[in-house]
Amino acid sequence: MSSERTSAQKWMTLGWPLVPVIAAILFTTALLVLFGASPVESFTAMWRGAFGDQSKTLSVLAFWIPLMLASAGLLVTFTAGLWNIGIEGQIVMGAIGASWIALTVQLPAPLQITLELVAAMAAGALWAALSAFLKTRGRVHEIFSGLALNNLAIIFTNYLISGPWQPPEGGTFRGTAPFDPDALLPLFGESRFSPLSLLITVVAFVLVFVALRGTFWGLKLKALGKNAYSAFLLGVSSERETVLAMMFCGALAGLGGAVRVLSWFDSLRQSISGGIGFLALLVVMLATYRIVLVPFIAFFFSAVLNGSITLQLRTQLHSSLGGILTGVMVLFVLLFGDPRVLDIIRRKAKGDDDKTPETTTVEHPADTTVGDIL
Amino acid sequence: MNEAELIRILSSIILQSAPLIIAVSGEIITERAGIVNLSLDGTMLMAAMTGFVIGLKADEAYPGSGVWIGFLAAAAVGALFAFIVAFGSIRLRQSQVAIGFVLTLLGDDLSAFLGQNYTRMPGPLVVRKGIPLLQDIPVLGPIFFDQSIVVYFAFALVIFLWWFLNRTQPGLKLRSAGERPEAAFARGVDVNRVRYLYTIAGGALVGIAGATYSLDVKLGWSDGHIRGFGWIALAIVIFGGWAPIRGMVGAILFGATKTLASILQRSFPEVSVVAFNTLPWLLMILVLLVSSSSLTERLIAIAPGPLRRPLNRFLRVAPPLALGTRFEET
Repeated sequence: MSSERTSAQKWMTLGWPLVPVIAAILFTTALLVLFGASPVESFTAMWRGAFGDQSKTLSVLAFWIPLMLASAGLLVTFTAGLWNIGIEGQIVMGAIGASWIALTVQLPAPLQITLELVAAMAAGALWAALSAFLKTRGRVHEIFSGLALNNLAIIFTNYLISGPWQPPEGGTFRGTAPFDPDALLPLFGESRFSPLSLLITVVAFVLVFVALRGTFWGLKLKALGKNAYSAFLLGVSSERETVLAMMFCGALAGLGGAVRVLSWFDSLRQSISGGIGFLALLVVMLATYRIVLVPFIAFFFSAVLNGSITLQLRTQLHSSLGGILTGVMVLFVLLFGDPRVLDIIRRKAKGDDDKTPETTTVEHPADTTVGDIL
Repeated sequence: MNEAELIRILSSIILQSAPLIIAVSGEIITERAGIVNLSLDGTMLMAAMTGFVIGLKADEAYPGSGVWIGFLAAAAVGALFAFIVAFGSIRLRQSQVAIGFVLTLLGDDLSAFLGQNYTRMPGPLVVRKGIPLLQDIPVLGPIFFDQSIVVYFAFALVIFLWWFLNRTQPGLKLRSAGERPEAAFARGVDVNRVRYLYTIAGGALVGIAGATYSLDVKLGWSDGHIRGFGWIALAIVIFGGWAPIRGMVGAILFGATKTLASILQRSFPEVSVVAFNTLPWLLMILVLLVSSSSLTERLIAIAPGPLRRPLNRFLRVAPPLALGTRFEET
């Protein structure tokens, strides 16, 4: 009996991660059927849109890079128990910082690009610092300051491209004039993928991995995220770590923004981030903060999103289907991610509440702090 | 600016704030019961889309009924989203904030997909209907009593909720679930049932608020139609100190920024229109700073003695003690 049970449990644990994927596919299939589209055709179109030929795959990779940079940054803020929803604005500010150098400075290419990236990191970090100080000094929850700052950053972009930075032939509200080719990241062939940005991303990700796993700073952030009060008693300065974690994340997000303007596009555009920041939040949530999963999930999301753009071109269906697919997946993981979740429900139904299993594998930092601040 | 124009402006401010008032009221009862439903932005988008599309379909089948069936459908969508938050946090013990945030994004995408064939088209709308006698009161009449029924509903709701929360037994139970769940449980209140009930009821109100946009204030549907308003409503709940009347004041304040921006734009045409778009977001940071930061505390401390108490009451807010925490019966 007991051995049967354990083998069943083993199967549950192994098979459980597939459930959200199946749920998401079923849900999107239902939507497709509702709209009279053939699911097989649609998913094939999405697959072709992501991996149909070399240029498509390179696009997935090029989209993956800023997503990875943002996700790497969010690993740091989530560890510190911070909901950095302002990441979207930090990406936008990074893009603005890089564009500012690209439009105003002319240097030999290597210096120019270095300066652009530094400016992007600084802009993203400063925008994040605003959110951090509003939290530590003003007791404004980072969700709200971040959200307001996101919108302010987007409005600032619109101001720049319709005002001071509008192309000479007149403002179109769509973007600045293309930057000088020397100001752009060197691209791989005809694609929008830049090998240099891949290198930067790998370095950044390894850096985050090491910082969180192997340094005293990472330990302090973890302490702060688990229990801010105990961390304070242990002498962790919550203000300093909060600001540092946010700025670290902001800098990486800013780099992501630079990659967007300097390789995905060639100019500052109206919706420069394209929701990458929010998508990165989903990536990290889906990974339930397990660092090694992040690159794979980010790659999957990038493929889905690129595929859904092709889907829209081919079938006239709205490209938000990709967002729905990823959203349903993350929602399922949040709700039922723990294989023991069935136990919880069964016990509840029986009214046997005495021995409730501890569900601590999926931990969300906000649980301990939301009551204090919201 | 003459009197007639001023009255027109004020009446437009009241109309603009009506959906915010309803959404804020809904979230207030949810949070006073101890649950944070962060999904407002996505819920309102979904509700706005559903209310419009269902209303349109219902009008084809039974002309004239569209608006009301639309509101009903929107309330159901709001209740469903809220149920997911409640179920996930109470029964499954997962993070309310995380679930709410994912629902926000999901609601945004889902509304864009489901509403894709119904963008930018005319549809049912709530008819403006003055209240006899009251609408003839000078100045106040045209501002408050020559509106649509949704506006009256918003204000009636605020008065009802104030009474309900502060003067009735069920209201006391609601507050106890959010303030001292253990004590409430000891007195025989089924805390989690209360939380389910008011999360779902609050969500239904948020749904009605979303449909108020698409059927009355900002007619029709388009992608991301009212993106951002849900977040503003969440901020107003904090600024409003989780109290219905103060929340209403906050909602009117935000409702006014939009109207104010267009007036300022006319008065100062040399300033970029972009500058005025920043108003609600700057205001959002500012009101949260005023209601939460320690600077306000220090300012109150240096104020003259008799002013301190009213200032404290007016500026400082405190969340329900058990907000966002889990309650386990032991």
